[in-house]
Amino acid sequence: MTGAAITTIPAPGAGLNTEMKVFAVMAAVLALIGPTGIVYPYFIMQALCFALFACAFNLLIGFVGLLSFGHAMFLGTAGYASAHAAKVWGVAPEVSILFGAAASALLGVLTGLLAIRRQGIYFSMITLALAQMIYFFYLQAKFTHGEDGIQGVPQGKMFGLLDLTRPMTLYFVVLAVFLLAFLLIYRIINSPFGEILKAIRENEPRAISLGYKADQYKLAAFVLSAALAGLAGALKALVAQNASLTDAHWKMSGEVVLMVLVGGLGTIYGPVLGAFVIIAMQQYLAGIGQWVLVAQGVIFVACVLAFRRGIVGEIAHRLRVAL
Amino acid sequence: MFNISTQALFSQLLVGLINGSFYALLSLGLAVIFGMLNIINFAHGALYMMGAFCAYFLLSIAGLGYWWALVLSPLIMGAFGMFLERTMLHRLAGLDHLYGLLLTFGLALIFQGLFQNYFGSSGLPYAIPQELTGAQNLGFMFLPNYRAWVVVFSLAVCLATWFAIEKTKLGAYLRAATENPSLVRAFGVNVPRMITLTYGFGVGLAALAGVLAAPINQVRPLMGGDLIIVVFAVVVIGGMGSIMGSIVTGFALGLVEGLTKVFYPEASNTVVFVIMALVLLVKPAGLFGRTA
Repeated sequence: MTGAAITTIPAPGAGLNTEMKVFAVMAAVLALIGPTGIVYPYFIMQALCFALFACAFNLLIGFVGLLSFGHAMFLGTAGYASAHAAKVWGVAPEVSILFGAAASALLGVLTGLLAIRRQGIYFSMITLALAQMIYFFYLQAKFTHGEDGIQGVPQGKMFGLLDLTRPMTLYFVVLAVFLLAFLLIYRIINSPFGEILKAIRENEPRAISLGYKADQYKLAAFVLSAALAGLAGALKALVAQNASLTDAHWKMSGEVVLMVLVGGLGTIYGPVLGAFVIIAMQQYLAGIGQWVLVAQGVIFVACVLAFRRGIVGEIAHRLRVAL
Repeated sequence: MFNISTQALFSQLLVGLINGSFYALLSLGLAVIFGMLNIINFAHGALYMMGAFCAYFLLSIAGLGYWWALVLSPLIMGAFGMFLERTMLHRLAGLDHLYGLLLTFGLALIFQGLFQNYFGSSGLPYAIPQELTGAQNLGFMFLPNYRAWVVVFSLAVCLATWFAIEKTKLGAYLRAATENPSLVRAFGVNVPRMITLTYGFGVGLAALAGVLAAPINQVRPLMGGDLIIVVFAVVVIGGMGSIMGSIVTGFALGLVEGLTKVFYPEASNTVVFVIMALVLLVKPAGLFGRTA
């Protein structure tokens, strides 16, 4: 996916760069819009979970060039793990969220070790097949309650102080987790580690010849992406108070690809915008059944044929800035 | 483990062989398309489903029965595939291979969504042709004629495809164009047309599998969605380098799945994926694959 990516490295010491200015605006808008109630807060929280999921996915495709077609397994696994921990073991929300992310990271290690053995299209097919295997496991396992899912997950008190059953408290907790994770991803991308990932994306044999163990870097990126996708899944289970098979299905893996594609592959803000666009479209089209699927397909085709940069990628290209 | 009747064992093996026929036909189509276009055709499952629907429409609208469908459905769907290749896939030449995967995934969503809108998720019955009803008593089991036909016919189609690609002059052009398209073009062979025809042929194979499946599995909008993922795993296991490899792997994995249904039914959904994981550990290029 080299064509769509932006490779500009922000100049150090130039004050606040564009990316950080946009971050400040994004944080301010999200913090202000929730309490006003102009937009249904539950919608924003849901979209934020998907935005984090999409950012985690974009870390792989945008900066390592690996197209995972099985990321739903991380979203679903963390959802089940955190919901089970909160409901059956009765742990505090901060523990259940971390437990969910850790479960996904562990799954990321196992699946990553297999998937990075092949490249390109094979990598996509392997991640898809592994995710389908995990899906069937959850379909049959007892603790997931099959088609019903884990329902009525208690939200509890975070750190014993923040009562998450109050909608606005939950809103700001979700927003804070999202913003921190977003900054973490930004930091990863712009770290020396991130630069090596980009080098592997651009020319793997050359990176290897320079002495970098490409497979270890790819695995590390895969596990990071899995853990962050897991964070999104655990957060989503907390917000929606349930964990279900939908989150682990291949359609979800396709949806996150679509979010990132619409927003802009390899851009930093693309996944966030893409997630809001796709989730809004789903809400809007929810009443008309399977047309959502058709609409998603049409957007896929249109993006691939005519709009490969995505919304943010196109804006960044026009304005000649990195976003 | 040993109290399983031979009757159950053989009937599950037969089911496995039938599924194996579909895996072989579909993975063969994927391999042929991948060889020429460097695209993994995610829409393959949806096109298989549309092949079955094509047979259903031929019967309900035009009154044309199974034997007509067996010929016409692959031709119609093949033409539709060529249309897709000319209008869309063609434009992705030279881009990263992953865009082909994304485009065909989008197409799969459109097709599946459209058919689900109009036909829901339930199945439409499609009768077994009269000539193939009934069954043979083999002594240890009853062999339904239609199922025997599906296995034999798919195997014949697979072997014919293998022969055409590996042993004929046209196949030689095809293999040459896979290796070095610009050189083959310099010899005066119309490579773009060959690419279009190849895609149409691969889609035709998927449609043929769909027609064969219609009397067994009913005609359902969702029949291809999950199947294609298993076929992807089959392709990873076999490796896409060899035509014979995809045929053998397809049938073999169908059999393994059938055996799993007898001895450990809980794992029958996942056994192909587990085998894929094991093969990746031992031989990452796939059983018949060439290391890149």
